[in-house]
Amino acid sequence: MPVISSERDAEARSLTIVCEFPAPVERIWQLWEDPRQLEKWWCPEPYPATFETHDLTPGGTSEYFNTGPNGEFQRAWWATTAVDKLRRIEFDGGLADNDTKAHDPDGVMHGTITLEPIELGGKPGTRMTALTVFDSVPYMEKMLAMGHEEGSKMALSQIDGLLTGIPA
Amino acid sequence: MDLIFHALADATRRDIVARVLQRPHSVSELAAGYAMSFAAVQKHVAVLERAALVSKERKGREQLVSGEVDTIARAQELLRGYEQLWRARVDAIDALLAADTSADTSADTSDNSDQRDRK
Repeated sequence: MPVISSERDAEARSLTIVCEFPAPVERIWQLWEDPRQLEKWWCPEPYPATFETHDLTPGGTSEYFNTGPNGEFQRAWWATTAVDKLRRIEFDGGLADNDTKAHDPDGVMHGTITLEPIELGGKPGTRMTALTVFDSVPYMEKMLAMGHEEGSKMALSQIDGLLTGIPA
Repeated sequence: MDLIFHALADATRRDIVARVLQRPHSVSELAAGYAMSFAAVQKHVAVLERAALVSKERKGREQLVSGEVDTIARAQELLRGYEQLWRARVDAIDALLAADTSADTSADTSDNSDQRDRK
């Protein structure tokens, strides 16, 4: 399993996930940098994300929306605050108004992603640490309202979809 | 913006949260435990209150400070849900990488089945 540890800190409203992938950091970086690849995993089925803009440079902004199976539609934003290419990404994010795309003033989450080259079975691999901090419990409630209970279900259906796409 | 980070960045404030989660304390009772003024402790409590980590209630002449157990329990529950989302993301990334590998070695079917078995 690629997830090697996961730590929830309720008082700090933070989640730290550490995982290892059998691919070099350059490949993992592409998955963050290229919006077409990012949307294949950022919001798994059945709430896929579509990135309208994505700029992984300091001060860059990303705008995306999620759609759901029952006609749900939610816009969200992401602002990259710091980047150390192939090593580290820091960003703020939150929900956005569906009509005006204005950032929801109710709250924000902070993400810090760290990538480290490792060796996995004699081949180049990547250890990725993803730290997320929410600034309040009510905002966590609001941000996670869409589909978080379906997390495990959507993972399975998306993996099936991806595996079907693999040339035999 | 960054209320929680700020609130918990200070050792005294973390200590206050730990104490009031066990039982409510009055501000003067808390102040007795630290080498600082009543006003300074009151300021720390105010920072924690803004981050919804503690709540204050007037009881007679005293202000009782309590840990927001419900807030913290709810945070735990929400984080569990968020962790599932991240696990789903990681699995989706792993599936994308597996697709890379099988595209590289599409002639080699044994390698392809290895990738599937690893799931």
